[in-house]
Parts: sequence; structure tokens; C-alpha cells
Amino acid sequence: MAKNQPVGGQAPVVQRIRIRYAKRGPLRFTSHRDFARAFERALRRAAAPIAFSQGFTPHPKISYASAAPTGVGSEAEYLEIGLQAEVDPEQLRVALDAALSPGLDVLEAVVADAGSLADRIDASRWRIELPSIDPAAAAAAVKAFNDLDEVLVERMTKQGLRSFDARQAVTRIAVIEQSTGPSEADGAPCAIIDLVVRQVTPAVRPDDVLSGLRVAAGLEPPVPPRVTRLAQGTLTAQGEIVDPLDADRASALPG
Amino acid sequence: MSVGSVFPQLEQLLPRVSKPIQYVGGELGAVVKDWDATTVRWALMYPDAYEVGLPNQGVQILYEVLNEQDDVLAERTYAVWPDLEALMKENGVPAFTVDAHRPVRAFDVLGLSFATELGYTNMLSALDLAGIPLDSADRGDDDPIVLAGGHASFNPEPIADFIDAAVLGDGEEAVLEITGIIREWKAEGRPGGRDELLLRLARTESIYVPRFYDVDYLPDGRILRVVPNRPDVPFRVSKRTTMDLDAWPYPKKPLVPLAETVHERYAVEIFRGCTRGCRFCQAGMITRPVRERSITTVGQMVKEGLEFSGFNEVGLLSLSSADHSEIGDMCSGLAEQYADTNVSLSLPSTRVDAFNIDLAQELSRNGRRTGLTFAPEGGSERIRKVINKMVTEEDLIRTVVTAYSNGWRQVKLYFMCGLPTETDEDVLQIGRMAHEVIKAGRVAAGTKDIRCTVSIGGFVPKPHTPFQWAPMERPEVIDARLKMLKQEINSDRSLGRAIGYRYHDGEPSLIEGLLSRGDRRVGAVIRRAWEKGGRFDGWSEHFSYARWVESCAEVLPGFGVDLDWYTTRERQHSEVLPWDHLDSGLDKDWLWQDWQDSMSEFEQDDCRWTPCFDCGVCPSMDTEIQIGPTGKKLLPLTPVNPLRVPA
Repeated sequence: MAKNQPVGGQAPVVQRIRIRYAKRGPLRFTSHRDFARAFERALRRAAAPIAFSQGFTPHPKISYASAAPTGVGSEAEYLEIGLQAEVDPEQLRVALDAALSPGLDVLEAVVADAGSLADRIDASRWRIELPSIDPAAAAAAVKAFNDLDEVLVERMTKQGLRSFDARQAVTRIAVIEQSTGPSEADGAPCAIIDLVVRQVTPAVRPDDVLSGLRVAAGLEPPVPPRVTRLAQGTLTAQGEIVDPLDADRASALPG
Repeated sequence: MSVGSVFPQLEQLLPRVSKPIQYVGGELGAVVKDWDATTVRWALMYPDAYEVGLPNQGVQILYEVLNEQDDVLAERTYAVWPDLEALMKENGVPAFTVDAHRPVRAFDVLGLSFATELGYTNMLSALDLAGIPLDSADRGDDDPIVLAGGHASFNPEPIADFIDAAVLGDGEEAVLEITGIIREWKAEGRPGGRDELLLRLARTESIYVPRFYDVDYLPDGRILRVVPNRPDVPFRVSKRTTMDLDAWPYPKKPLVPLAETVHERYAVEIFRGCTRGCRFCQAGMITRPVRERSITTVGQMVKEGLEFSGFNEVGLLSLSSADHSEIGDMCSGLAEQYADTNVSLSLPSTRVDAFNIDLAQELSRNGRRTGLTFAPEGGSERIRKVINKMVTEEDLIRTVVTAYSNGWRQVKLYFMCGLPTETDEDVLQIGRMAHEVIKAGRVAAGTKDIRCTVSIGGFVPKPHTPFQWAPMERPEVIDARLKMLKQEINSDRSLGRAIGYRYHDGEPSLIEGLLSRGDRRVGAVIRRAWEKGGRFDGWSEHFSYARWVESCAEVLPGFGVDLDWYTTRERQHSEVLPWDHLDSGLDKDWLWQDWQDSMSEFEQDDCRWTPCFDCGVCPSMDTEIQIGPTGKKLLPLTPVNPLRVPA
């Protein structure tokens, strides 16, 4: 094959753009691989001047921050692309959003600064809706979970069944007050949990925390919970999450 | 009456099944219409998994053609895997469409496209989940018309109890005519109910309604006759032919799935029909005559299809793409247009000659080299004469060697096992041919680093082909030959290491043979196999030979026949075949003559380049061969590439 290597090579990256996108409604069942294929097609549909890696089978320059699990909605997924020509980020956002199915929505696009996106993401905020669970029962389970130093849960991984602690990575877990049931129109109870989890290895995902609530307090949702990632970013000492694109926006400002 | 979405119930089940995205819809190109703003509503089903069904061209074409009509709504549905099927039954969620998740039973028509007979059990699952009675006779005015299409509908007799009607041949115009009949019948207030609607369909003479025909049998189990049981339907039902492919440039807006599917490419059919005359090939027989799509229409479709979909692969499809009269200009024109892009172009390359390699060279100009596949189909010169695949061993070796010396390191060779008159020797020759290919290829390429893959499919005799009378070989004989071939390939270790070997066992082919050439009595076998859990019979992990053999043993003795009677038995000239009342245009006497010619190893030419040999299609269907060249060329695209921002 060596003699067939392309001689010219690929055009260099002249602009890097960071994008926040959402996975909403039914399209939350899109897996990360599915999204990656759809995004590459969207780049072509939008005629975005994407840069390619060198070599015989060039790949588009796209890198993803940690992706939400399949079936989990998200308002805060991030990726970065390298372009071989400069574009207006807002025009690119509109073009990509139009090129993706509704429900895969491109929310923001900013020119990247020198820092790394991955270095700015070490925690996520999640919202967990538990239809048919009384908020008081959820609050009791959350308290039991909070009172423990360690909650061992099990999950099937590619390496087999793994047991790990789901408690230490959780920096905030609380049942949020609400005036009306948000997802159930028929007046059935629905508890909503606000959750902040640090990125650790092995990853602690919302379903692991739900397993933790079962282990700690026997909480068993009768219908599948509905989970949404609300934010990703840097966890501050105060427990807040800083938008990872803040720094890019700041350095894009003149002066 | 408006029809709601079942998605809220389905959504509760999706976190518990594998690959839930396949049930969600939301593809680019998908259309969701207001139910109440339409009058005729079609649910189109490809009765296999979404990953196989979504790319299907036939469904995509009909979906687009129907949805272009303002008062028509078409949605799609696919077979659900057993994990979701069990949950749907447990929770009372009915069969749904992926577009708007409407219940299948609410539609006017459930149209099923059968590319293969192995989808029959999946049809029964879908009917069952939809709450539609399995038997056509038990359906009422609230049930959809269950309509079969696709190649298998050229013998729909095994599913005659389950379907209400079948269409043979091209669907583009047929679905619009059926829509018109339903529209009118509904506007008149549905006079005469379901039976009247079916009668109106049958009177077109090109829609087969099995209930209007009776089958009588001889004491020995053979068919005595198939005759209409009422005076106002035709004795024979004709296939449809769409003549002007340039007038039907579909799909224009291909469906682009989020889920991973077997083909992720924009496929353009560059012609329909084939007159090469391979005697095993049902597609080549039932889609005659050859009708080309012109180079300019193909160029336009590729450009717009890529822009719409964002695909980076284009397939130029047909039954023998190198035979298009303008294929050279088409390939060089497209290669030129996409030379500086990452778009790859491919041609299913089955013709065994050097021209094919020239085309492949042309298409890989931008460095994106796709695989090369040649289909000699038979291992010995003798068996290739029997099947009318005119290629000599020298041609084959010369062609493959040309590929190796032009830089290809891997080629795939496709063969069949179980062909009529086949002996062990015919199959062993496949191995010797592969050895010769590697030896000559190593010399030509100047390296030992070349490979070929030998891929073997099981022969299944199909209706409306010269082999419709042929006996099938027993699975154990096939399996023994395949084992022998493996030993032959590995008899020289150095050569054997360079040869990949892929094959299918003989058992699934035998069952496909039963379903292909079966009559109405086979319907009871399909039902029994489904009741015993038969699903996804095209998938080796779901197919159970034992289940089918048991089902045959339980059901067929009551009719005085058995599995062998349908499969390994040779039919005689005088026998009434279950599909004789279904007219593919092919003259039965010509088919018989071709079968006899096959036995005497006499070859038949291609009528595109030699005089008509009277297969019967053109005069009986009032059609003709439509080939170019048109003399036109593809013009290079102007390379403007601004960001496509919607207004």
C-alpha cells in the first residue's frame, strides 16, 4: 500500500472551534458512536471546512469531551473541531444545527483559546426525574446515601461485573423543591434529584448513584428514571460548576 | 378520528432494550405529517431489523413517492428484536411506525417488502403485535390491507393466507394507483367494505388477491389448477414495469439514520433489469427488460443526494453495473467531480473482465480504493456453462492478476454450491482456481503479500427462473463438499494461508428453498414455525433448522407431502407450478427450453448485443430494452464551497 500514500497531505488547521450541543427528547437514545457519525455527516451537509488528519485514510479533526450515556438527555455535551479555513462561529453553529436532526441541537460555538477543553471538565450536574416516587421517600433515601462514607455498587462493564464506590464522587445530592409535577401531567408524584458528580475512574454515572440509593435505602423506581445532564465543567471549591467555554469567550474579547 | 403516538408507553421500555435508537425515528429525510390532513395512509414495513431495513432502496423510494402526494401519508416500520417484542406484549404496546410512532393497525395499508422469504415469520410477529388477525379471512373493515411486494412476491403462495394482496414488479406507479383506488373507495363511503376494495384492486389485473383464486390438488400432492373463484378477476396477474427511470429519480432525499446500519451510503440505481441470463438469478429474470438511467440523471442524483444526506460514499447499483452503456464516462466523470473530496465511489463489481478493473481504477482516483469482487459463481468451466455464466478460467485469472498488478492486494471471489448437476469435482475446482489466482498474482504483484477471499453461497432454486424445476441438493451433501473444498484450499499451506474462506451451511438454504417454491400448504408450516418461536430467520443466531424440520413434520403429512417433496424433488414439464398464474412476462416454454439447454451445457447470449431469443417479456409486457448511450457527458461541478447556512 505504501506506494499509494497521498503525496500532497492535508491542509493544516487554521481555526479550532468548541461546541456545546444537546441531546433532547427521543434522540437522547442516540449513542455516542451514533452521534459521532451523524456529526461527521452534518459537517459535510453544512459544507464546513473541516480539517483532516494525515495519512491514507484521513479522519476529520473532531475531539469529544466525555459523552453522556445512551438514554440520558443532555444540555451540555462538548466537542472541538479543527478547521482548514476560518468561519464565523455563529454561522457555523446555525449551519450545523440545521444539518442535524431536531433533538440533536447545536447550542453554542466559540473559537478555542490555547487551553485544553478536557482540562476544564472535571464534574457534571445531573437532573434525575423519578416518576411515581414520592419526594419525601426520595429525600429519605438521599439522606441515607449522604450519611454514608462509602456506598458500594455493581455494574456490568466490558471487563465483567465491577464493584466500586458511588459515594465519594458525589459532591452534591438533594431532592429539589417543586410546586408542580414537571413530567407527569396526571398529578402522579415525581421526585427530582439534583446531583453533582466528580469525574473519577471508574466513572460514577447517574445510574450508579441510583444503584447507590437502592443499596443505601432500598429505593426502587417502578418506572425508568429520566436523567438529563445539565452542565459540565470545572468544579469550584464552593461546589459550583464553571462553564468550560468561559475562558474561550474571555480570550476572544478584544483587548 | 385522530391517531395518537404510542411513544410515551414505548419510551418506558426503551431503556431496557438493546440499541433503542433504532425505534426512535428522527432520521434525516423522515416525514411526519398531520394524520387528519391526509386521506390515504400507508405503513411500509421491511420485515427485518432496522439496521438491514432502513437502507432498503425499495422502501425508501415508495416512502418518498407516497409522501410527495399531499393527501397521502407514509410511515415506516421494521421488525422489532425479541427483547422489545417481549416487553411490548407484556405492556400492551402495539406495533408502531418509527416516524410518528402511530399504531400500525390504524393505517389503510400495511405494505411489506420481501427481498427474501426468510422475512415471513417476522411478518407474523408484526401482525400479531399490531393486533391485526393473522389470517386475511379474519380481518374486518378496521384492519389495514396487508400488501406484499418485493422479489418474493413473485410467488406469494406460501403467505397467501396472511396477505390480502400482492404486487409483482416495480412499485413506483403501483403504489399511486393503489392509493387512487383506496382514495376513491373511501370518498364513496367505503361501499361493499373490504371485499369490494380488494375486488377493485384485483380488477387492475396487476394486483393479486389470493382469496379470489382457488387451488385444486391432484391425489399425488401436485397442483391440478389455480383458478379464479369469481368471474370478474383475471386468470393471470401481470407484473409491473416502470419504463422511464429518468422520470422516477428516487430516492432524492435518502433516509439518513442515526443508528448504525449495514450500508451507510447514497445508492443510485443506474439501471434496472439484466439480460445476462444467469440461470440461477431470479432478479435477472423477473426485472427484464434492461432500462438504463441516463448519465445526466445519475450525475444529478449523486450531487443532490450527497448534498442532502452528508454521506461520503456513493454506490452505483444495478444487477451488473459495468454493463451500463455509458459506464465509462459515468465513472470518469464522477471521479473527476469528486477527485479532491473524501467521497468514495463504488461499483458492485461482479463482471469478470479487465474493463471492470479500469472502472475501479477510475473510481479510486482520489485514493479511496474500495474492494474488488468478482463472481465466477461456479468452480469449473462445465458448471459455468450449466448456469450460463460465461467466463473462462483464463479470463478469470487474467482479470484478477490485472487487479493485483494495479495495486490491489485483496480480491473477493464469489461462488455458489449446490448448483444443478454439480459434482464434488466442480466444487474442488474452486480451490484449484484460487491457488492459480494466488500463484499468478504473486508473480504479477512481485510480492507474496496478496490475498483472496473465496465466499460461497448456497444455491436456492427460485420461481420464474430456468432452475424453477431443479432439485435441490441435500444439506449434508453441501456441507461435505464445503468441507472438502476447505481441505483442498489448505492442501498447499503457502497458498492456503493467502486464501480466506467463507461459506454458509446448507440447512438455511433448504428452508429458503421450501419457502421460495412452496404453495399455499407451506403457509401452515410458516405459522407453526412462528408459533414455535421462529423469528429473524435470515440471522444465523436466530435461525433454527430443527424448528423448521419439526414444523414440516407436524403439518405437511396431512397434505401428503413433505420437506423433500418441496425441495430435493425435480419437477416435470407438465407440473402446474404454484406461481404459474402470476405473469412475470417470461414464457414458460422458453424457461423450460433454457433449463434443457442448461442440462446440455449450452450457453445463451445477452439480447442487448445479440438478436432477441424470445424470452417473452417485451411483447407480453409491452416493454422494450432501453439502453444508451445518450452521448452526453458529466460536466465538472463548479467547486464553490461556502458554509451552507439556512436562510
